[in-house]
Amino acid sequence: MSEQPSEQRPNLDLGAIRARLDRAQGREYWRCLEELAETDGFQEMLHREFPRQAAEWEDADGRRNFLKLMGASLALAGLGACTRQPTEFVMPYATAPEQLIPGKPQFYATAVTLSGVATGVLMESHMGRPTKVEGNPQHPASLGSTDAITQASVLTMYDPDRSQSIIYLGEIRSFGSFLSMIKGALKDQVAKNGSGIRILTETVTSPSLGAQIGDVLKLFPSAKWHQYEPLGRGNARDGGKLAFGQYVNTVYKFDQADVVLSLDSDFLTGGTMPVRYARDFMSKRRVRGSEASMSRLYAIETTPTATGGKADHRQPVKPSQMAATVRQVAAAVGAGEAGGPATGTTTRFLSALIADLNAHKGSSIVIAGDDQTPEVHALAHAMNSALGNVGKTVFYTDPIEAQPVDQLASLKELLADLDAGQVDILMVMGGNPVYNAPPDLDVAGKIVKAKMRVRLGLYADETSDLCQWQLPETHSLEAWGDARAYDGTVTIMQPLIAPIYPASKSMSELLGVFTDSPEPTSYDLVRAYWQKQHAGTDFESWWRHAVHDGVVKDSALPVKTLAAKAPSASSAANGGDLEVSFHADSFLYDGRFANNGWLMELPRPVTKLTWDNAALVSPATAHRLGLQNSDYVELKSGGHTVWAAVWILPGQPDDSVALQLGYGRNKAGRVGNGAGFNSFLLRTSNQLSFGPVSLRKLGKQFPLASTQQHYLIDDGKSELEEREQKKRGILRGSTVAEYLKNPEFAQEVVETPGKGLTIYPETFKYEGYAWGMVIDLTACTGCGTCTAACQAENNISVVGKEQVLVTREMHWIRVDRYFSGDMQNPSTHFQPVPCMQCENAPCELVCPVAATAHDEDGINNMVYNRCVGTRYCSNNCPYKVRRFNFMRFADLDTESLKMVRNPDVTVRTRGVMEKCTYCIQRISQAKITSEKQDRRVHDGEIVTACEAACPTQAITFGDINDPNSRVAKLKQEKLNYGMLADLNTRPRTTYLAELRNPNPELQAETKG
Amino acid sequence: MWWIGIGHAGTLISAILLLLNQGWRNAINRFAEAMTLFAVACAGQFPILHMGRPWLGYWLIPYPNTMALWPQFRSPLDWDVFAVSTYATISVVFWYVGLIPDLASLRDKAHKRYQQVIFGALSLGWRGSAMHWMRYEKASLVLAGLSTPLVVSVHTVVSFDFAISIIPGWHTTIFPPYFVAGAIYSGFAMVLALMIPVRRFYGLEDLITLQHMNNMAKVMLATGLIVAYGYTSEVFFAWYSANNFERFMMHNRQFGPYAPFYWCLIFCNIITPQFLWIAKVRMHMGILFVISLIVNVGMWLERFVIVITSLHRDFVPSSWGYYSPTRWDWAVYIGTIGLFMTLIFLFVRVLPMITIFEMRMLVPSGRVKEPVR
Repeated sequence: MSEQPSEQRPNLDLGAIRARLDRAQGREYWRCLEELAETDGFQEMLHREFPRQAAEWEDADGRRNFLKLMGASLALAGLGACTRQPTEFVMPYATAPEQLIPGKPQFYATAVTLSGVATGVLMESHMGRPTKVEGNPQHPASLGSTDAITQASVLTMYDPDRSQSIIYLGEIRSFGSFLSMIKGALKDQVAKNGSGIRILTETVTSPSLGAQIGDVLKLFPSAKWHQYEPLGRGNARDGGKLAFGQYVNTVYKFDQADVVLSLDSDFLTGGTMPVRYARDFMSKRRVRGSEASMSRLYAIETTPTATGGKADHRQPVKPSQMAATVRQVAAAVGAGEAGGPATGTTTRFLSALIADLNAHKGSSIVIAGDDQTPEVHALAHAMNSALGNVGKTVFYTDPIEAQPVDQLASLKELLADLDAGQVDILMVMGGNPVYNAPPDLDVAGKIVKAKMRVRLGLYADETSDLCQWQLPETHSLEAWGDARAYDGTVTIMQPLIAPIYPASKSMSELLGVFTDSPEPTSYDLVRAYWQKQHAGTDFESWWRHAVHDGVVKDSALPVKTLAAKAPSASSAANGGDLEVSFHADSFLYDGRFANNGWLMELPRPVTKLTWDNAALVSPATAHRLGLQNSDYVELKSGGHTVWAAVWILPGQPDDSVALQLGYGRNKAGRVGNGAGFNSFLLRTSNQLSFGPVSLRKLGKQFPLASTQQHYLIDDGKSELEEREQKKRGILRGSTVAEYLKNPEFAQEVVETPGKGLTIYPETFKYEGYAWGMVIDLTACTGCGTCTAACQAENNISVVGKEQVLVTREMHWIRVDRYFSGDMQNPSTHFQPVPCMQCENAPCELVCPVAATAHDEDGINNMVYNRCVGTRYCSNNCPYKVRRFNFMRFADLDTESLKMVRNPDVTVRTRGVMEKCTYCIQRISQAKITSEKQDRRVHDGEIVTACEAACPTQAITFGDINDPNSRVAKLKQEKLNYGMLADLNTRPRTTYLAELRNPNPELQAETKG
Repeated sequence: MWWIGIGHAGTLISAILLLLNQGWRNAINRFAEAMTLFAVACAGQFPILHMGRPWLGYWLIPYPNTMALWPQFRSPLDWDVFAVSTYATISVVFWYVGLIPDLASLRDKAHKRYQQVIFGALSLGWRGSAMHWMRYEKASLVLAGLSTPLVVSVHTVVSFDFAISIIPGWHTTIFPPYFVAGAIYSGFAMVLALMIPVRRFYGLEDLITLQHMNNMAKVMLATGLIVAYGYTSEVFFAWYSANNFERFMMHNRQFGPYAPFYWCLIFCNIITPQFLWIAKVRMHMGILFVISLIVNVGMWLERFVIVITSLHRDFVPSSWGYYSPTRWDWAVYIGTIGLFMTLIFLFVRVLPMITIFEMRMLVPSGRVKEPVR
């Protein structure tokens, strides 16, 4: 590409040309004098098929290479712009920081936030590079686990597409020039009491930041602070206000609840819900031995979620019917009046549900989802009050937000001020309203009416485009800060690394510009705030403890006693023949993670889609409208039009289309640009949850990359899959009642050959350790956190949509999803599948170069540098867990991405096979430590990445030879079975059969 | 696999028929052998092209190295390396030994210097003495004896690639005999498909007579019936085994997404050859040509069906997929066909495609004028 068309034309030898023409016999044509002179340049041009620059595009992988090149050059451009040394240290520390042992990771407590809600984490740091997120066992929202989004946060930090320098109208500027400009503007505002200043942020739960904004507002009393976020806890906040007349924060104790009703709430895997909820909920559903009591989960849903999939009973309802249905239940449990008879719901389901709720007063929970309207939230509060759950399973506290507001109203007020020309300085800190605000508000058109627009953002995105100043924001792992968890617990967040792009500023540092001079660092600000709050004398020791633990002791908000009143029925729901409902994407959330490859390629729990969102419709609706998977359709709603691809999803309510938000961005970065379609365009301010829609087939196809239905869907496909999977005993399950009657049911599906059936001697005796794993299918919520954690730990590549379409995704642990029962309302089952580490591994036998070899602990090891890539092992693997590097998937060029890799794990190159290793690097480390101390490895000393991250502790790893280990005990359970063990593979990874707890009254129609 | 199968016919024709002293083979064996070689050359491309890291392909060969690493002798892929390389070596030697007297004739008839040099070097000093002829006959016999078991063993080993694995539809004991029969079947079909136009184009009707064609068609019919028996027994045992996986595989093969391929295969490989019962069909070059082409397509379909239908829906339903060849897959396949045709045409152009000296023995007039030395 660098080749310039600077060829020098040689001087033409006219004499020679004349001589040649004289020699010519007959007629001879020439194209130019150069041809006659036979210059090298012309000869070369003749032999070149394409002109110079065009030749670079010859290879078929042109686009891929171009992207790679662009990536590399962009990243290098970023590094080149800094004047300092590369961030990696090539010299040993002359004076090493205390406790730093080269090659040993260190762990620091901090927090990762989503919509302001914090999850406490421990960051693994290798020589100053954070590489992997682990949960913080002391943090109430985490208890040692995380979710997928948290796992992937480290990749966002290293994203080469992040905003890297201060930009003013397309030109790079210094912070100094920004300062002089803003200080000048602020001087003018002093006289006006700051009436021209507007600050727009996302939800703020940080106490210090809240106080700091308060200080700014004190200094400029007429300035205004607005908050806007499209998703998050907004509906819950407004619902609380509706029920109680004041903003509250709700904390649920699922480990106390026997009956749970979820109203479209994905509390097991969704958005801002703490990981803690999934863990608490599953702690009530664990069946061991003869202890078989289980809570029961009902779900009423407008689109299938993982939580609905785990529910014992699930009822799909059309979005517009939701409120009426909920009202019906509420009335029956003594909260408010019914809003008329609901149509389209199974009354049998409702009556059983109502009876069950009434039978469990004080030990039930009704929880509404973030995507539901405030009305439904208020009804849920009223039901909890009526059922006497408040104070037992449901607790109220003051809101965790620094200043809770109705965010849509807040945004509208700002836009009105913008329209009126009252805004001189607009600071947009975080968020991306131009992309994600309701389209009818016309944020893009109004935001430019502010005279001076300053934007602080992690990315130069759609909003940055309309601001004069773009300031790069620090990632939360790069700066000091604090945030509250779901129950109010404060974490003081410490940075793990100096900002990768030194121009980055944190929000508090930028706000410091308003009040202080010289500008304080975020460390000073956070520390000063807490010093002020701290009453005792020993602040230093308190501070050290708080930072070290990642939790500020006793900072959870105190419980309040409140009584809820049922809201009056809202005006008629704006339903229609066909309705659209909007949902946060499981992993991209509101689109802020659109440039995170790990999240983009993580299969969505229920749809198993990657790289795109889709218009989800039910099989019956698809049949009615003549739709097939991947059909391209035009959706019209709220006066806006969007083109989307259809995905048929069993369990989706009929006559409704569910859309995930967060896709279709064009300024996200290389990963997120152009993935999916932008459903925010249909989400106008009067239909934030749902609305009527019209659908028209475009007669085109748009390929969707799902990891599980890699082929054309035929009508009986799902049933076939289900029937075959059952016959083969791949996923075994039953109900608690059946289990108590016949605990051996899981053993009776297929016959497993015993040991000693062969005439050959056993090659391996496994006298030392015998590593094994048990996965509890009852506890698995299908959230995909294990896959994300594995990807982070084991340097697993992202392959891109085209490769997923041809089944080349690389995840070492996948979560399989099966449906069972009625296509309109099936139950959903999840099964995580890592390598089974078979004792009789079919893969080992067929490798011609012995690149996959057994070891004396029973692990089936991959020797990458011996692998020649015949792929025979993968063919012969009955579990299909082996992954092949068809191309050089690992990005070895982008500088910043080199830093995210785990130094203990090889980065695989093209042409080699790879698969789950049971985190062999962690096993080896523990074995070395134990050998040094002359002891065996303790149970629980080795925790695989998936096990550590799993929110519900569904995965247990350990030594089977140690009879007291957790894994050995679980393997003794009656529910324990090996997938396809009838092939005599003797898998080391086994499963505990899935149990459900259906209501006997409804059992007849549950085929579980 | 398809190529290897085609390769079989050549050696089979030369070796077995030589051993059985079937005089009619002489006219076609050279051509068939050459075809064998080229098909094996094509077949050899595939394993290498399909490796992730082809430049490390030599790791499959046991050679002493500093790391004391050997290939894994339990792997059928490694057996393949030995089987195919042995087969290729023997085929080359057999073919070349058979060529020596003719190369000497060419040398003697050559007018240009470079031809004399090249053919002279290649004919290894053949002077046609009685001693030479005696040794030649012996060597041919020994090589024929060596290649005959190889014909059987190579495809048996190739079939082990499947039979040793645990994939339903691959893991069957019928595979070795059924693959060998299939190989001969497709090999003869290929010889016919190539020979008929060549015979016509070069006017070789007198050398390659209708009787040759008739005989080859009969062999095709016989092996076709063995293959049909193989298909039947596969279906029967899938049912008789009472194995869920096998039953599902067979059902899926016949009625699943690839069902058209399966039924097409049945048509090509079982129904079509039944016409060969009729002598007139066997003697009619046009029809025979079409039938041999159909059989070739059928054999390709057979490989496709075996490989794809078994793999695309194996044990775990969540991992089921749908395979369709990418343009690169097609490119590789078409590329090898191109390579094959190129080699065949080069052979026809440069070397005697019909054994000169053996024809001399066969043609009566030749006997009179120039008695065999």
